[in-house]
Amino acid sequence: MGPISSTALWYASRATGVVALALLTVVVLLGILVHRRGRLPGLPRFATTSLHRSLSLLAVAFIAIHVVTAIADPYVTIGIAAAVLPFSSPYKPLWIGLGAISFDIIAALIITSLARGRIGRRTWRAVHWLAYACWPVALLHSIGSSTDLRAGWLLALAIDCAAAVVAATCWRAGTALTAPSRAHRAARALRDAELSTGPRHHELTGAGMR
Amino acid sequence: MSVVTPGRSASGHVAPPGQSGLPRLLPPLARASAGSAGTGRAAPPALDLLAHQRWHGMARFRGPALIEEAAAAGLTGRGGAAFPVARKLAAVAAAGPPAVVVGNAAEGEPASSKDAALVWLAPHLVLDGLQAAAEAVGARSAYLYVHARHDSRGGPDLAAHLRSALTSRRAAGTDHVGVELIEAPARFLAGEETAMVARINGGAARPGFKARRVFERGIGGRPTLVQNVETLAHLALIARHGAAWFRTVGTQDEPGSMLCTVHDPDGRIQIVETPIGTPLDRLLALGDDVQAVLVGGYHGAWLSPAAARQMSLSNADLRPAGAIVGAGVLVALSAAYCGLAETAHVARSLALESAGQCGPCFNGLPAIAAALAAVAQPRPAERELADLRRWAGLVAGRGACHHPDGTVRFVASALQVFATEIAEHGRGRCTATRRDQFLPLPAAPLTEFDWR
Amino acid sequence: MADVLSKVIVNPIACSGHGVCAELLPELITLDEWGYPVIAEGGAIPARLARTARRAVTDCPALALLLVPRGNSEEAQRPGGPRGGTLGT
Repeated sequence: MGPISSTALWYASRATGVVALALLTVVVLLGILVHRRGRLPGLPRFATTSLHRSLSLLAVAFIAIHVVTAIADPYVTIGIAAAVLPFSSPYKPLWIGLGAISFDIIAALIITSLARGRIGRRTWRAVHWLAYACWPVALLHSIGSSTDLRAGWLLALAIDCAAAVVAATCWRAGTALTAPSRAHRAARALRDAELSTGPRHHELTGAGMR
Repeated sequence: MSVVTPGRSASGHVAPPGQSGLPRLLPPLARASAGSAGTGRAAPPALDLLAHQRWHGMARFRGPALIEEAAAAGLTGRGGAAFPVARKLAAVAAAGPPAVVVGNAAEGEPASSKDAALVWLAPHLVLDGLQAAAEAVGARSAYLYVHARHDSRGGPDLAAHLRSALTSRRAAGTDHVGVELIEAPARFLAGEETAMVARINGGAARPGFKARRVFERGIGGRPTLVQNVETLAHLALIARHGAAWFRTVGTQDEPGSMLCTVHDPDGRIQIVETPIGTPLDRLLALGDDVQAVLVGGYHGAWLSPAAARQMSLSNADLRPAGAIVGAGVLVALSAAYCGLAETAHVARSLALESAGQCGPCFNGLPAIAAALAAVAQPRPAERELADLRRWAGLVAGRGACHHPDGTVRFVASALQVFATEIAEHGRGRCTATRRDQFLPLPAAPLTEFDWR
Repeated sequence: MADVLSKVIVNPIACSGHGVCAELLPELITLDEWGYPVIAEGGAIPARLARTARRAVTDCPALALLLVPRGNSEEAQRPGGPRGGTLGT
């Protein structure tokens, strides 16, 4: 038992969990923004990717505290292994297990991103796709592990985060589906270029084109 | 070394190899004068396996000895890049067995049909060369990469022709390494080395940016030797007659003979085998009706007739003038056509042939094509000319392959050679009397599947 | 490890024109009118820019910027050898 009461540990775990979820939401949104080459107003381009990285590391810090306080809390039995080994916790194995999955994915994302100069481009990208799986799993973990998010302003927060991620993901998917394929990029650029050099180019294109 | 000049009937001249005469690659009695490599009408007969073996005899130099002979002969690639063959063979052999060899017959250049003609008329010479190369580098598998039809209007079915040649060889047991035929998409870039490797590896025929070259890691991750089919044919002959024989024609620095696709101003197309170093005016009739000469294909350069009359078919002469021998495409453009319009049509096609992977290419080439289309109109186009000069410096060298570089070379040479025509257009006039298209164009790609 | 012997090059296929490199390494990299990087002076990195160059390489969202030894001629990246022919080797 020590100087920190069980209640304090319990509150710390819940609070850091909420903050981590909010941070992860922003990280996902920023990640999508980076991919779309979007700029945050008033900031240079590298700020988007810098912020994405910084906030993800901050989220890891909060997750670390969240996990440590949950394990240290004597009121519930969550073994150390349960932090990384899914579904091995005596207390709420399913919901804690989802947290472990999410944690594992985040660990993979962070490690590969810190080493991204060394691992190949394809490897890094393949692992990073897991981020789209990570966030919903983290949300489910949050909803199931405690009753916090099921009422009041925390429920509103959870809904806002979910709505933002869903909207951003739909936008990401939409642009991927509607983007010109490689076979069409030059044709699209040609059409745009011909429009800007003037309408009379059509006189040329009739002769001899199959 | 002396230069042997054949005269323009070289393609029909009958001279058995082994003497310093020509032709060497094309079989006797071959009148290879067709735009589409021997259409059904006048298709000259190819030598069948037995006739081929009787005509050419057996190889003397094999394995490492062949690499030495190729080095002594100074054989360079006939697909356009003119890379020393012996160096490639040695590199692949050193990279360790098992290696892979590929014969590249994917002649994406619409103005070139010499590979199609060679594959049609002398498939066994090409296949002998493929086997010889395979033996020299320790390869256990071989591929032949070919467009199914040489041109989309339905030339002869080269793939079927090769398949029957391979069947007769399998029956006769002449091949030590199995050869697989892979059909290339009808794209300009399909024959590019890394694009070809990508296609044979199962993907689309798009060029790649590779940290390591294909001779180290190519098809299936194995060391891969890529050679143009004409190069393989020369190799097969060197295997029989040796380096000294090979050097009896050509120049000291660029020995041997090569196949050219020669376009006369009246539209007639001939496949000519000629020693390297032949003066251009022996290959093309450069009369007063010719306004410009295109050397090296659509990644080559235009030359004025005056300049062309002073040059020979060699990189030593052509490179200082900004041109290249390339794959031996020679076009004499009649003054009846507008050189700028011809160039603009080709530039537009080349832009559409971009693989769409590199920003400077799939943005820059269309911009260049559109500006050139404006210059080709009989109206002033100062802004477009300034844009063209800027883009020419901006686009070259910034793609994964040489497509933007070659296109820029082609367009820049047109702006130089057709300068008086540009001035005329600036005054609202065009000196051309014909509106139809002279230079052949590829069919534009439509979907992703056109790259497979 | 970036050192005086390194140069920076771009993989033009991986590059999708994010433009982060041009902001982090403006001494060497500018953007063309389509948003793609133009690398000056063959990409040779002076010693004082070594750390910045390394950062630009790791920060590229597409991992399209690469550090290669300066002696590594372009021929290694661009098959087909010198800008002679492109097709059919």
